[in-house]
Amino acid sequence: MIEHTTPIGWQIGTISEIVQRTPSIKSFFLRLAQPFTHVAGQHVDIRLTAPDGYSAMRSYSIASDPSRSDTIELVIENLQGEVSAYFHEVAVAGDEIELRGPLGGHFLWPEHESGPILLIGAGSGVAPFMSMIRHRRSGALTVPTALLLSARTRNDALFAEELISSEDGDPNFVLALAITREAPWRASDFSRRVDEAMIKDVVGRMPSAPSHVFICGSNGFVNVAADGVLASGLAPSVIKTERYGG
Amino acid sequence: MATRGFTGRPSGGDQSERIPPGQHLVDYFPVLTAGPTPNIEPGDWKFTLKIGPRPVKAWNWAEFNSLPMTKMTRDIHCVTSWSKLNTAWEGVLIDDILADAGVEHPTDFLLAHSFDGYSTNVPLADLASGKAMVALKYEGKAIPRDHGGPARLLVPHLYFWKSAKWVNGLQFTERDEPGFWELRGYHIYGDPWKEQRYSGD
Repeated sequence: MIEHTTPIGWQIGTISEIVQRTPSIKSFFLRLAQPFTHVAGQHVDIRLTAPDGYSAMRSYSIASDPSRSDTIELVIENLQGEVSAYFHEVAVAGDEIELRGPLGGHFLWPEHESGPILLIGAGSGVAPFMSMIRHRRSGALTVPTALLLSARTRNDALFAEELISSEDGDPNFVLALAITREAPWRASDFSRRVDEAMIKDVVGRMPSAPSHVFICGSNGFVNVAADGVLASGLAPSVIKTERYGG
Repeated sequence: MATRGFTGRPSGGDQSERIPPGQHLVDYFPVLTAGPTPNIEPGDWKFTLKIGPRPVKAWNWAEFNSLPMTKMTRDIHCVTSWSKLNTAWEGVLIDDILADAGVEHPTDFLLAHSFDGYSTNVPLADLASGKAMVALKYEGKAIPRDHGGPARLLVPHLYFWKSAKWVNGLQFTERDEPGFWELRGYHIYGDPWKEQRYSGD
């Protein structure tokens, strides 16, 4: 539970690096004027302001490891909205961006030791999970964790190399990719959309039933995944969801 | 601070005075929910009014639907920054729920409760006097599950997390008791015109 009674003020993040992740998704690394430590799963609010005073605000999950407090990574898909298009088409290294955070007190990596954790994401919905998986790795945490990640093609699977290498070095981390428009990549992957049977299969690869399930993606994806988790016999109370909004 | 190279696309036009600071207009209806979407059949639906721990009246689906119906078309504002204009709802005013239960003003504060365990606090002053309802229809049809059907609270002048989906009760409380999001960093009141997004704003 996060309680902050003092306002979390706006500050400046300076773009230090931009990395193209897929044809439509880039990572933006922002160096914070006032470094903070976030809990994996939290987000920042970004505010862009035009010369006439018009401003636009959006929320983005933090993808970087919480232990790296001076620079945060945001994963932004170009949805042709006023904010995402600005980041993709205008922003360059050195630009200063107004932001505030860390924010959010629900979709959080458990503070205390817990049972197994299941993460289910689609597309750029993997961003908060990257923070969780990086936190897990840098802290040498052994809590059994599985990530089921849906992507259209192998090239659309964000952070796939990093995730595969995480799985190679860690018996307690399971990665399953659901590639919807190509043949399966590895024997442990799937070549269809996420469905109930797939979720049951992944839950079965975990040593015991997950005590926390996090689902992130579009509303339609989240509903399918949440129904699949419930059909696997897990309680609604263990499921936390984050849905792309407006 | 002006952002280099950002001009924005103010889409509000003549309606920009209806859009609170930091908000942008959408024409679709985004769905944001903290957990799985519950599936509540009308036969299982029940709405309970409580004063503190004490239930004072409960209605089943048919009984609730026999209460006076009111239409309300309002602009709504989500804390995640989208606003949607002219959303049309129909349901039972909180005034009419209280009148049916013979309850006037036992305390100044309420908590709304939902089938999925969600809760949110709203002062009585923001629920009464025709300001809020338990909505049963959206745009003339049953409210879709994703948007809180069969019934959701509608408190359109506050950020939309106050308009609890899948609502199943109202409870008068002695003090202003924070609900689900209010315990998780969000503002205790949530006035979009004052940008009361997070606790401390």
